[in-house]
Amino acid sequence: MSKEMIVTDEDFVLDVSSDITTDRNFASQSFWKGVFTRFKNNKRAMTGLVIIILIFILAVFGPMISGYGYKEIITNGQTQEVAKSLAPRIPALHRLFTGADYQDAFAGKVFLFGTDSLGRDLFTRVWYGARVSLMIAFVTILIDMLIGMSYGLISGYFGQVCDGIMQRFVEIANSIPRLVIVGVLATFMPKGVWLVIVALLLTEWIGMSKIARAEMLKIKGQEYIMASRTLGAKSFRIIFSDVLPNTIGPVITQVMFSIPTAIFTEAFLSFVGVGIVLPQCSIGSLIEDGFNNITTLPYQILPPIIVLALLMLAFNFVGDGLREALAPRIEDM
Amino acid sequence: MAKYIIKRVFMALVTLFMITFLLFLLVRIMPGNPFPSERMSAEAIAKKRAEMGLDDPILVQFGNYLKNVIGKGSFGKGSSLYNGAPISTVLPGCMANSFKIGGLSILIGVVFGLILGIGAALNRGHFWDTFCTVLSILGVCVPSYVFMIFLQYFLAYKVTIFPFYFDMSRFMGSSIIPALSLSLFSMSTIARFTRNEMVEVMDSDYVLLAESKGMYGTKLVTKHILRNALIPIVTVIAPLIVDLLTGALVVEKIYGINGLGKLMVDAISGEGIDYNYVLALGIIYSALYIGIMLVLDITYGLLDPRIRLAGRKES
Amino acid sequence: MADKILEIKNLDISFKTTAGMVHAIRGVNVDLERGETVAIVGESGSGKSVVMKTAMRLLAGNATINSGEIIFRYKDDKGDLQEVDILKKEKQWVRQNINGRKIAMIFQDPMTSLDPTMTIGNQLIEGMIMHLGLSKEEAKARAIELLEEVGITDAKKRYKQYPHQLSGGMRQRVVIAIAISCYPDLLICDEPTTALDVTIQSKILDLIKKIQKDRGISVIYITHDLGVVAKVADYVNVMYAGRIVEVGNVDEIFFDPKHPYTWGLLSAMPDLDTDDDRLYTIPGSPPNLLNEIQGDAFAARNRFALKADRIEQPPMFKVSETHFAATWLLDERAPKIDMPEELKRRIERMRRSAAEKQ
Repeated sequence: MSKEMIVTDEDFVLDVSSDITTDRNFASQSFWKGVFTRFKNNKRAMTGLVIIILIFILAVFGPMISGYGYKEIITNGQTQEVAKSLAPRIPALHRLFTGADYQDAFAGKVFLFGTDSLGRDLFTRVWYGARVSLMIAFVTILIDMLIGMSYGLISGYFGQVCDGIMQRFVEIANSIPRLVIVGVLATFMPKGVWLVIVALLLTEWIGMSKIARAEMLKIKGQEYIMASRTLGAKSFRIIFSDVLPNTIGPVITQVMFSIPTAIFTEAFLSFVGVGIVLPQCSIGSLIEDGFNNITTLPYQILPPIIVLALLMLAFNFVGDGLREALAPRIEDM
Repeated sequence: MAKYIIKRVFMALVTLFMITFLLFLLVRIMPGNPFPSERMSAEAIAKKRAEMGLDDPILVQFGNYLKNVIGKGSFGKGSSLYNGAPISTVLPGCMANSFKIGGLSILIGVVFGLILGIGAALNRGHFWDTFCTVLSILGVCVPSYVFMIFLQYFLAYKVTIFPFYFDMSRFMGSSIIPALSLSLFSMSTIARFTRNEMVEVMDSDYVLLAESKGMYGTKLVTKHILRNALIPIVTVIAPLIVDLLTGALVVEKIYGINGLGKLMVDAISGEGIDYNYVLALGIIYSALYIGIMLVLDITYGLLDPRIRLAGRKES
Repeated sequence: MADKILEIKNLDISFKTTAGMVHAIRGVNVDLERGETVAIVGESGSGKSVVMKTAMRLLAGNATINSGEIIFRYKDDKGDLQEVDILKKEKQWVRQNINGRKIAMIFQDPMTSLDPTMTIGNQLIEGMIMHLGLSKEEAKARAIELLEEVGITDAKKRYKQYPHQLSGGMRQRVVIAIAISCYPDLLICDEPTTALDVTIQSKILDLIKKIQKDRGISVIYITHDLGVVAKVADYVNVMYAGRIVEVGNVDEIFFDPKHPYTWGLLSAMPDLDTDDDRLYTIPGSPPNLLNEIQGDAFAARNRFALKADRIEQPPMFKVSETHFAATWLLDERAPKIDMPEELKRRIERMRRSAAEKQ
């Protein structure tokens, strides 16, 4: 009971907080600031983000720092010997550990990931391929986002017959497996980047439109939309300036999950042989190259696979993190 | 409920019809040369076209095509694959191979996915849970064919436990690698989904009420938690099967399995595109997908009393 | 000595959350005599549900019980009086012997508290088969009786239906039927009427009251609604930020409240006769229990806070044999501070209308 001794006679005077009416527990914090804080505190999501940024930087600068071109066949200046299928090498490290230099025609050259069977530097090609894959993914997913969001918002906003028809269409489009779309496209389109892009454009918007429509249906009935309508706002204005900002969160989350799907699709199409054509390369075509030589040169397949796995992993982590940050689960009390 | 099923079946048939028409239209009217051989003369091509009915109005062509498919089960002949043998003679064998391997991998995926997911949910925060998380991350970031390449390299090349290529005479042994690699994704997805559903159900009010009634242990898990958690799992199986179809494309190609996937790859990636194969496979894949979705939809309805009794889904 | 069915002593619970440890229950004492009704009143988040869930060992896995005892006294099958500390028993033992059998609970939201994939009947007989060892047929016959007892018409048809086919009020009646199916000694009602329409609320309260009278069971109400408290309770525990701040019988709490928080609650009660321009609200919001609280948790929102409130948590001061309050205002050294004039007038009105009713 010694604690009670702390209270002395002088303490028995009124002492009312001056700011009694201010609520400091729930101090105003903007929605996005909250999302940002939650995202920042999510270790997985931040790891994902760091990986994505690193891969981005390498995809942009990697091919530059290696000093080789992505389709350059590396030869020895004097003998014209081609640097075919070399294992990864860093001369300085080699000297450090063995005390000797490489004894072949490419003694002074650095090949971080080795070279492929045609004598091209794999380090350059992997990052160049990553660049191609990322570009395809980003461009198509952004376009898909625009298409899907507009479609979903319009369908959800107008409802009734319009929604019925538009949703029937989505249902049919959704019932065609992606590989069938690719197959049909391949009958009249040349193989290459465009085939991959069109195939992705035709499939990935559906998920986005579903999310946008669901958000629209949720928001449509809320008071502030009614208020906006009573004030005379036109449909277009309500869709794009009142509802759209509220759908951004879930849609961006969906984008984070669609990008790995796009990268994966590209990799798979290129692997099958209808995607990227030589001498261009992408993650998928590099994996195919590696696979063709897997029994003799197993190291060739590892870099593109690791980059692919890291990308998928990172985007999924960021997507999960965003989803949690946007809709935190209330702790059970 | 009968009304619900009839409506679903009808809708599925309509969708399939429309997709068939769409595919037919695209394959037939889009620019492209259906005859791979460059050496054919202009007259020969014209003759061949007339012979094949390619000069008829497109609707007539479609009508004839449908008549052949439904009436005779004939999808026409291939042009570059199998020396132009009728597609209907090639298909059954390929389908059987694909179904066997696909079925096996779905079975592995569902069974182990459920076991893992349930184990993880019941041991939240412990070893199983972590294992389940790691597996689901792995499943998400490693495509099935990459996993397959690893399995092939280590289990069939470094250590020769399994055959390096598919071998009909050693069906079981040579199914392991493709089935296992195809099941990785569905296993991890089902495991993660099951875990999350279970956790959600375990935190629900009705489980709390059941516990307050004195329910515990196995009875609580089987009677209240599992039943509620497993119903939604039916909904993720359909998209998983689609992913499986896509994955099977590469896996069959790599492992040399004569299945639908390899047929599709051969039809589109060779020198000449085989139009009839693309069309036939497109229809078969779509029918498969729609059929699977239909079955799962109805199963879902049968399992959930809210749909079974109301006759429609609550939105 | 009176027969206490339940004694919660010095209960202290923390929750591990992603944000840190939340010290949700900070030394709670609640007593309940056999056959009586106690209400625990407080704002949402004050921890009132947590206390009662602990008594049934229904806490989530992230909860840690730091200290405390929950003594429960019941007659076993032979008719001998047993005394257990629920916190010291195995969870499984509690499920087998206490939950549903001796203590039953009615939850807040009948829309979510019934298993959607199981018929009403199966949910009802589950407990009876387990606790009373009835056969399925016996249990079914009793279940139909129970459904009729709680006022469900067409009980045989309802028995076979699923929860989604019933209205909210009916579902709550089913939950009550489940709760009383095994003759419990103690019924815990966690905001039993909050999620229901106003017209159904009083019917459900009457039903619980009737069951209590017929069966002579003890009831604990957890609620934030003082209207409900006035209607049903014998004793009231006012809870704030994980502590009981005032205890008393219903007259003492309503007509002679001592704690400034109780004053606030009473002033904030909507009332037809109030001629003041606007409804009084307690300023601010409950403290964040992530941070350890120095002094009295209510001080920051208290218009009558003393310097002492900021230094040391006030002990329970005795007002009468049954009435205690934890506020330094009751210390003899404290300045003479009485409840606000508005509240005084309001209590006067309540007293008069109560007298008229009798």
